[in-house]
Amino acid sequence: MGKKILMKGNEAVAEAAIRANCRFFFGYPITPQNEIPEYMSRELPKRGGVYLQAEAEFAAINMIYGAAGSGARVMTSSSSPGISLMAEGISYIIGAQLPCVLVNMVRGGPGLGNIAPAQSDYNQAVKGTTHGDVHLIVLAPSSIQEAVDLMYDAFDLADLYRNPVLVLGDGMIGQMMEPVEFKEATNKKLPPKTWAATGTRNSPDGKRRIINSLFMEPEDLESLNLALQKKYKEVVEKEVRYELYKMDSKLDVIFTAYGTTSRIVKYVIKKLEEEGIHAGLIRPITLWPFPQQIIGEYASNSSAKAFVSVEMSSGQMVEDVRLSVNGKKPVYFYGRTGGIVPEPKEIISYVKSIL
Amino acid sequence: MGKIVYEKSKGLTDTPLHYCPGCLHGVVHKLIAECLVELDILDKTIGVAPVGCAVFSYRYFNCDMHEAAHGRAPAVATGIKRALPDSVVFTYQGDGDLASIGTGDIVHVAHRGEKITTIFINNAIYGMTGGQMAPTTLPGQKTTTSPYGRDPAHCGMPYRVSEMLATIPSAAYITRVSVYDIPHIVRAKAAIKKAFQMQIEGKGFSLVEVLSTCPTNWGLTPIESISWLKENMEPYYPLGVYKDVSASEGGN
Amino acid sequence: MHEEIIISGFGGQGVMLLGKFLSEAAMEENKQVSWLPSYGPEMRGGTANCHVIISDEPIASPVIVESTMLVAMNRPSLEKFQKTIKKGGALFINSSIIDIDTDRSDVIVYKIPVNDIASKIGSQKIINMVMCGAMIQAKKLVSIDTMINVFKENLTGSKEKFIDLNIAALKEGMKYFSENYKS
Repeated sequence: MGKKILMKGNEAVAEAAIRANCRFFFGYPITPQNEIPEYMSRELPKRGGVYLQAEAEFAAINMIYGAAGSGARVMTSSSSPGISLMAEGISYIIGAQLPCVLVNMVRGGPGLGNIAPAQSDYNQAVKGTTHGDVHLIVLAPSSIQEAVDLMYDAFDLADLYRNPVLVLGDGMIGQMMEPVEFKEATNKKLPPKTWAATGTRNSPDGKRRIINSLFMEPEDLESLNLALQKKYKEVVEKEVRYELYKMDSKLDVIFTAYGTTSRIVKYVIKKLEEEGIHAGLIRPITLWPFPQQIIGEYASNSSAKAFVSVEMSSGQMVEDVRLSVNGKKPVYFYGRTGGIVPEPKEIISYVKSIL
Repeated sequence: MGKIVYEKSKGLTDTPLHYCPGCLHGVVHKLIAECLVELDILDKTIGVAPVGCAVFSYRYFNCDMHEAAHGRAPAVATGIKRALPDSVVFTYQGDGDLASIGTGDIVHVAHRGEKITTIFINNAIYGMTGGQMAPTTLPGQKTTTSPYGRDPAHCGMPYRVSEMLATIPSAAYITRVSVYDIPHIVRAKAAIKKAFQMQIEGKGFSLVEVLSTCPTNWGLTPIESISWLKENMEPYYPLGVYKDVSASEGGN
Repeated sequence: MHEEIIISGFGGQGVMLLGKFLSEAAMEENKQVSWLPSYGPEMRGGTANCHVIISDEPIASPVIVESTMLVAMNRPSLEKFQKTIKKGGALFINSSIIDIDTDRSDVIVYKIPVNDIASKIGSQKIINMVMCGAMIQAKKLVSIDTMINVFKENLTGSKEKFIDLNIAALKEGMKYFSENYKS
């Protein structure tokens, strides 16, 4: 680990990507993530990489598709409306089984919404994002250090599973500064990209490569879907990540929250403790695959009277919490929208009202 | 055994083409394949197929291929060329793909001066989806979505892609050809070869627009289609070189 | 230590940089820190502000709901944020340009005429560091040596010539505070 430096989330994410050996970035400006393309445009040319500003998000994602199919470690970043514009291309990338990393520094929606922090793109991120029977692996950091660490993992997971990985932050993760330390590249042993289309002169078996998501024969397309689902099953088995905070034995209430909101909930838990209410937090780090099992176990075995999902949305992750709890305990929701970050006192009074 | 006087280009696979009888896609495919072989670049070429009749062209070109979303071939080609600058990259696109949904993509790939080559098939109609109106459909031309003939007062005049792209400073070579008879096929092949050569020499973006036919959706025989092309398309879309940066350098 | 500081003013008064340098100095002294800016259109022309938290404990939310310190560099900042100050908290007012008083009677008010002090030093660009000096003197947030190191690390190349100016501003701010208030 290097020296601690104070860095803005967006810039830290960009630096982490370069250290994770990402050398290609295609993107389009949108607030609140502009420091990522700005950093990349400054740093990549100096470090043997290519930064290119696309004419639109839908062009950027298709540049990613081309570069990923060529075997490059490649990424883009955007914010909510921009991710909507990329949706079609993301499906092609998944269909062609290509790796890439996407960053969404979520802003308030719907429509043009605003540029304040929000978690209203949870469903977009975890319910497939785009057309077809697909998933993104979704990582949700709650601090700048965690955002940095997850960027390295994002590239490795993308290469390992040949599927896009989405790092889901919000305006706050992108804009705030915290101390960070950068580790060296993981240099994890990953399968060689023998599938890449780099010209037949480079083909290990002399055969040509076709990067494609078009399969006119139903049996062929079903084969692709079965292969994707097999891969996703493995992701669900191996890659679920979460943090348990104060999840000790005598709980009154269990919170679920991710990203920025989870930090506020941690503060709330301390405050509730002072009033004799025992609360704990299950913080999903992977939003997909969702930590369904651990939530289910606590729903069955804990003394808690209820679950409360706290989000900066109108209630999106809470649906996955309900599926995980599976009727064993009541599941409540508290959220604010429009870019409003919920205040601890609001959450505390809500919790008291339901206990 | 007699002497072999003609062979199918090694630049094409053995897969039979799916195109309709009389369609000129096959001729253009053959010309591209021959150019890739003659320039000895087949093994470092990556082609990008469009959405449209040529969607399956990845089955036919005997090089690495990448199938793009509708209109996005230039963006995909950009990603490939930037990641693999020593490769040769081309897109093959029709008028719906390039001149409608992909207008922004083609303008910006030219604007950035991407070192790629685009082969643009203009037959004034949507083929694969069944004969709908294209931006290049001529005034009065009947299609399934302009059943009374294209009315410019309702949906504008067709626009001329080559002329427009020639105004873009970073475009290196823009030409319009056709392939309806032997002399035109010879000229078209020379244009395609030159477009690839300019890419190899790093001159910038090159595009060859090919006026083509669609007997099926025009409702004409192949022979009638060629007459229709000559009488109706050629006057509105004149053949010729619209931009050639090598000419001003004293090149060929 | 646990300080939650809102620093607010016009764009151009250097409030973001004040927050950043303070955070960086606290980080150097092994404190937990977070710096959260207001961003986007609100940055352009109106008030700019940042939330700085300095703590011995890991920081929960980087959003400040109740501040332990407010630095108001202009009148709109005072009007907008005075209600956030915790009872007994500190309010630093740029008395050179703010001509009203706070309606809070339960906070400790420090009036620092940073523009006037900066004029004497000879540059209006360092009013933020004059204020920083006063804050450090009042609350012992970080040591002056650490602040000077932060100046040296950040002001490099063509900006190196501003190091001494910033140090002078910091010291004048500290001096003004000692002469007029008790820490």
